[in-house]
Amino acid sequence: MNLTLKVWRQKDASSAGKMVTYPAQNISPDMSFLEMIDVVNEGLVKKGEEPIAFDHDCREGICGMCSMFINGRPHGPKQGITTCQLHMRSFKDGDTISIEPWRAKAFPVVKDLVVDRSAFDRIIQAGGYVSVNTGVTIDANAIPIAKDIADEAFDAATCIGCGACVAACKNASAMLFLSAKVSQLALLPQGQVERDKRVERMIDQMEDEGFGSCTNTGACSAECPKEIGQHHIARLNREFITAKISSSNK
Amino acid sequence: MKLDSKIPDGPLAEKWSRHKFNLKLVNPANKRKYDVIVVGTGLAGAAAAASLGELGYNVKAFCFQDSPRRAHSIAAQGGINAAKNYRNDGDSVYRLFYDTVKGGDYRAREANVYRLAEVSVNIIDQCVAQGVPFAREYGGLLDNRSFGGAQVSRTFYARGQTGQQLLLGAYSALSRMVDEGKVKMYARTEMLDLVVIDGHARGIVTRDLVTGAIETHSAHAVLLCTGGYGNVFYLSTNAQGSNVTAAWRAHKKGAFFGNPCFTQIHPTCIPVTGDHQSKLTLMSESLRNDGRVWVPKAAGDKRHPSEIPENERDYFLERKYPSFGNLVPRDVASRNAKEMCDEGRGVGQSGLAVYLDFADSIKRLGENAVRAKYGNLFDMYHQITGENPYKEPMRIYPAVHYTMGGLWVDYNLMTTIPGLYALGEANFSDHGANRLGASALMQGLADGYFVIPYTIGDYLATICPKPVDTTHPEFAAAKKRVEDRIQTLLSIKGTKTVTEYHRELGKIMWEYCGMARNEEGLKKALEMIRSLKADFWKNVNVLGTNEELNQQLERAGRVADFIELGELMVIDALNRDESCGGHFREEFQTEEGEAKRNDTDFCYVAAWEYTGENQPEVLHKEELKFENVKLTQRSYK
Repeated sequence: MNLTLKVWRQKDASSAGKMVTYPAQNISPDMSFLEMIDVVNEGLVKKGEEPIAFDHDCREGICGMCSMFINGRPHGPKQGITTCQLHMRSFKDGDTISIEPWRAKAFPVVKDLVVDRSAFDRIIQAGGYVSVNTGVTIDANAIPIAKDIADEAFDAATCIGCGACVAACKNASAMLFLSAKVSQLALLPQGQVERDKRVERMIDQMEDEGFGSCTNTGACSAECPKEIGQHHIARLNREFITAKISSSNK
Repeated sequence: MKLDSKIPDGPLAEKWSRHKFNLKLVNPANKRKYDVIVVGTGLAGAAAAASLGELGYNVKAFCFQDSPRRAHSIAAQGGINAAKNYRNDGDSVYRLFYDTVKGGDYRAREANVYRLAEVSVNIIDQCVAQGVPFAREYGGLLDNRSFGGAQVSRTFYARGQTGQQLLLGAYSALSRMVDEGKVKMYARTEMLDLVVIDGHARGIVTRDLVTGAIETHSAHAVLLCTGGYGNVFYLSTNAQGSNVTAAWRAHKKGAFFGNPCFTQIHPTCIPVTGDHQSKLTLMSESLRNDGRVWVPKAAGDKRHPSEIPENERDYFLERKYPSFGNLVPRDVASRNAKEMCDEGRGVGQSGLAVYLDFADSIKRLGENAVRAKYGNLFDMYHQITGENPYKEPMRIYPAVHYTMGGLWVDYNLMTTIPGLYALGEANFSDHGANRLGASALMQGLADGYFVIPYTIGDYLATICPKPVDTTHPEFAAAKKRVEDRIQTLLSIKGTKTVTEYHRELGKIMWEYCGMARNEEGLKKALEMIRSLKADFWKNVNVLGTNEELNQQLERAGRVADFIELGELMVIDALNRDESCGGHFREEFQTEEGEAKRNDTDFCYVAAWEYTGENQPEVLHKEELKFENVKLTQRSYK
């Protein structure tokens, strides 16, 4: 296959960026999208031009590092996968493909397609955990959890923190990301003690980071590579309101 | 230098308890005066950083990814072993110990493995307390499944994403310590050298991958939790960034490297499709619980699998190993797949694949039950190959997955450099010559949560808690060496890309130091790697500057280290005139083609000492003593 790429190039955080056109030639349909970029980059290096910088690591859809906005969609045209799992057989010979970084105030561009997602880490640091020290625990089976509850907590916990939800949202809201963690821990008995404090602190942190508000368009869930459902946002809202009421009663 | 493994005295089952009591302690008020550096934030690193922070130490943690949550532990699929005996099927700490020693083909330390089995039960408790959503049964209790090399069900799992869930648990514990100010996190920062002062590890040199700034960090102890070196083969199941640089730099500063040639080739990966391939994707070993491995009986049979009748198929694992069947350990399964392909019975376009067939299980359990167990794995296979594994058998082939070798450590996980520790896959200690499935997660977390928090105090208590003197000239000298090396890489301006060198190295390693090795091939590989190294430093082309995000430069430094490591792996493989576990020397096999150990001459850990540029590495031997298990020819028949 032969394709035309239009790629966002930006030297660093303080420089202006622009779209640059590159041909991608002799591409095999068996290649992954990132392997296609590898081929283009090898060609650029051979010509003495600087290769396109992009984040990637595991290349099997689980580390959450790859983050390309392809033809106007995070992780490209297919449902339920990351950029590294997208294969070129999903495109046609002669296609023009536009590739941009995630766009959000809270995710500043570092270089080309690489953005800074450390805001997500700071949200988790604000309470996305159970405060339990190593070694001071009880036998695992002393905490029975109904299978359907455990399964639903698992569905939320599959979030890979890639940021596609933010990139997909017209408000650049991080509510789906936040809800995945809040929902997981709100469902499980282990998360009960810190339930109220957790949601309040995490919401505060999200607002401080400059993410937008949620207007329930559902684009986040539609584009989430792990297909985390919007109902987790509903649970997050309920958790937040309940926490606010109980903390104002104190 | 004499290797001292510091294995405690006493009966096997009491060694760890006794040792814990005998270890020196650091006064709680003094802990905050000690700085500890943790490099890598996978299961071992995140667990160690969090646990040491909880104890009160000042921790600095480093990772090259943009977030500690992305370390490659995240990709582990199948599960984690623990001797809970929740199935009532005869499991025990001793059985997990025994299976692991046997699975490792008797090339691991008994005492370490027993400790691993002992703390395995605590790991599950810890993870559940953190909110890790393990698979459960309808009664609300934890579910288990079987894994290769064991005849009990002791593997805990979270669908096909166990590594992810365990890592996110450790990451959450780490995040909590960052929030409390006990851990300072440095993401997108790569360790490029170790600072050794008066023979003790006292800091590291790092490069900020965004700005290129070269910095030094001091500490009273340094923990390398930097994973394995499978990417020396170019194609592996490792992440693109997984590398040996931190461990290799430490090796060149005096840390011995243990059993470098012990690499694990995982039997169930998606086959290679072409030269463009950048990585190989694993299909969890758990699939062998319900999938049947087969090839056509006749060589060159190119019919579609559905057209090959039952009596013309060879379910070779079930045929050769009736008691373990499809659940033989990884080294055995891989070697057999290779053998079938060598006989011309491989399937698919390349002929380098065997079938993993679920038709019988789907018939027996129904498609929905199979989907519930393996849905995400089947989807992954479908995405990559474009084929539907519910309708036709998967095609699989072995791929490099894990490295049992690593920095040599004593029972306390300390390397031969005092103050420098290695945890998880980065050390050599627990898996011998072959790792059993679901044991890597167990070891990473055991080292990080339950071993290092005890053993590190024994060292720190012997050194003064005053701050490390960062004006010591060695800090500036180490920094200068790193800067000079980077400038050299940038100034060569040759004609070949870093990827081309990496691919070439990978081909040499796979061909001559992969699933099967022999003296002639290894000697040839040695020459090839040496000339590749010389060529690299004359002709590599790295564009751009240091003072920017420069992914070519990052990679160049890593590939340069892989080339040097590759040479040592070949030397180690040449030295070991026997076959054991994943190290299969063609000259040493039984009549039935199984690995033939030589316990008289090779029942030791090969620990290699670096002695200088272009000087031969010196071999030190740690004799392995087996006081509890009897060394036998491993049999899974």
